Amino acid sequence: MTAPGGAEASKATAETAETAAEVTEAAAGVTEAASEAAAGVTEAAEAAAEVTEASETAETAETAEAAEASEVAKTATDTATEVTETASETAETATEVTERRLHPVTPLRRAWAPVAVLIGWAVHDPDGAQRHLTRLTTTTLLIGLAVLVPAAALYGFCSWWFTHFAVTESELRIRTGLVFRRVAHIRLERIQAVDVTQPLLARVAGVAKLKLDVIGTDKKDELAFLGADEARTLRAELLARAAGFAPETAHEVGEAPSRQLLRVPPGVLALSLVLTAATWASLAAALVVPPVLWLVTHSLWTVLAVALPLLGAAGASSVGRFVAEYDWTLAESPDGLRIDHGLLDRSHETVPPGRVQTVRIVEPLLWRRRGWVRVELDVAGSSNSVLVPVAPREIAEDVVARVLPGVSVPGPAALSPAPRSARWCVPLWWRGYGLAVTDAVFASRSGLLRRSLALVPHAKVQSVRLTQGPWERARGLADVCVDTGANKTVRARLRDAAEARELLAAQAERSRTGRRDARPDRWMA
Amino acid sequence: MDTGSPQDTGPDASQSTIEAAGGEPVWIALPPGLLKMRRLLLVVWLGLITLAAGLVPGLLAGPAWAAFALPPLALLVWGWVMLERNWRSWRYTERADDLLISRGVLWREETVVPYGRMQLVEVTSGPVERHFGLASVQLHTAAAWTDATIPGLDPAEAERLRDRLTELGEARSAGL
Repeated sequence: MTAPGGAEASKATAETAETAAEVTEAAAGVTEAASEAAAGVTEAAEAAAEVTEASETAETAETAEAAEASEVAKTATDTATEVTETASETAETATEVTERRLHPVTPLRRAWAPVAVLIGWAVHDPDGAQRHLTRLTTTTLLIGLAVLVPAAALYGFCSWWFTHFAVTESELRIRTGLVFRRVAHIRLERIQAVDVTQPLLARVAGVAKLKLDVIGTDKKDELAFLGADEARTLRAELLARAAGFAPETAHEVGEAPSRQLLRVPPGVLALSLVLTAATWASLAAALVVPPVLWLVTHSLWTVLAVALPLLGAAGASSVGRFVAEYDWTLAESPDGLRIDHGLLDRSHETVPPGRVQTVRIVEPLLWRRRGWVRVELDVAGSSNSVLVPVAPREIAEDVVARVLPGVSVPGPAALSPAPRSARWCVPLWWRGYGLAVTDAVFASRSGLLRRSLALVPHAKVQSVRLTQGPWERARGLADVCVDTGANKTVRARLRDAAEARELLAAQAERSRTGRRDARPDRWMA
Repeated sequence: MDTGSPQDTGPDASQSTIEAAGGEPVWIALPPGLLKMRRLLLVVWLGLITLAAGLVPGLLAGPAWAAFALPPLALLVWGWVMLERNWRSWRYTERADDLLISRGVLWREETVVPYGRMQLVEVTSGPVERHFGLASVQLHTAAAWTDATIPGLDPAEAERLRDRLTELGEARSAGL
């Protein structure tokens, strides 16, 4: 190579020409073998490497032909790399959109519906049901079953077969529907929360439901059902991708390790429900109203029609809440806050960092002596609202500080009360109102017996409003409302009018600049 | 994300600050077309009701019963005055970083929407509004409670406002 002669150069030319031809062939092979794209990639890459070697050889040759040849070789390399790119692209798309189906038990999720309809009809009209039942012969029954069962099975199978989902780099795609097609692309960086829920029957069957809370998605966009383990790994993968991990590593990141922050003991939960006035009020209503109605009307149907909803409400507010909030566990992990709860239906919610719009610390009257509070939160597009059902105040404040980083809950002393003239607008309850604005949050307290302190981080404020009714204007007062993305409005009621005006301007400024320190949508990137 | 500060808006800032020397924003009132339209609608509807309330009992039960026309007539006169007060109360101003809308006579409301929080700007114009040459601009943020509507604008002004708000919203976009 050091002494370039004519013969050698021509040899090199011939070689490069040959390799170029090879490359073209390989390229053709790649384009042809679209299905075996991965194999094509390696081939093309090998060919490209060969060409590069050859062109290096050619460059050392000083003859014009050799230079020409090297040019040819270069273009060949270029085409080769181009082909490699397209091939790898096809390979990527091939691996990327691996569409998956839901768990095979999914068609059974609505199997109880016809049975429920039949039972409902029988209860509604018992005489008619009996008449129809006696008229049923074995043949009609058999024919009916022979038509209905395969039809239902076919419907169930089709709805399962035509539902696909795929996780791409930035989206979760759900494709569903046989006649009316529907494709939902859900952007992962916009995830507000991820829930894995297991209703009782699903727990028995070992499956789970996965729901992504993104603003604007509807009920159809949940994945029901997946295998319990599959749901868990999928949640981990979705969160990892949403966090900004590279797609190759997203599989391996796996479930982020979590650290338990709090666990509510069943005894404390039960006692907290006993000490809630709403529980007793609904129980009392359910026990008092039906007998009174019976004495007045003597009509069984009226009493039943009133008593059943009342009993239902009483059950929901006592036993129902206990069952739902049983074993409430709160854990912290890099991909968000984990909330696990439920006695019969287990649910595992994850709120990624920086998604909380409002936090409320609620303190019912009877809890005050024990120093317990309840913490509620608002996340846009999500129905989850409880963060901690019951906890001592210090622990709850610690949790709030983790949910809203850099926020310390202002104590009662830090809240400036409403001015005295407010007593003419809202008698007695005006004492409950209070406001504190710190560097990080807008905090407003309301309620006299059941105190509630709402915290809004400045970065989450969408708009600020000042409202003033005729009564308030007569007393020189005004309200300041702060709107957040979870469609919740936090009001600072009955402030001095001049103070409210200043607050309006200052809050608009803070909400604008507050965003600067906020976390990015992809919080790990 | 970090485009909220007025410093990094560059050439935009000079044209966007229309604040007077005292720092008080320059309020823009609504054009008189809206008042004209609302008054016309008021007169048409309440006039019809007055006629019906006066004529029907008056013809059927005697002239004294025509007094039923008085309440709607009073309402018409009162509405005539109130519409003007309400129209006068509407005003808006574009500040460097947010839009201010102030409205209401008895129940006053002042809304501040930072440009960066705007999700979409809408210009709407119904058939009656179009006849009077009016259009309204509505701002939507991620909060449904943000009710930032400016009614009864001149269509050209509405479009200018829409384009400007969209442009500013893009420059300062912050999302949720």
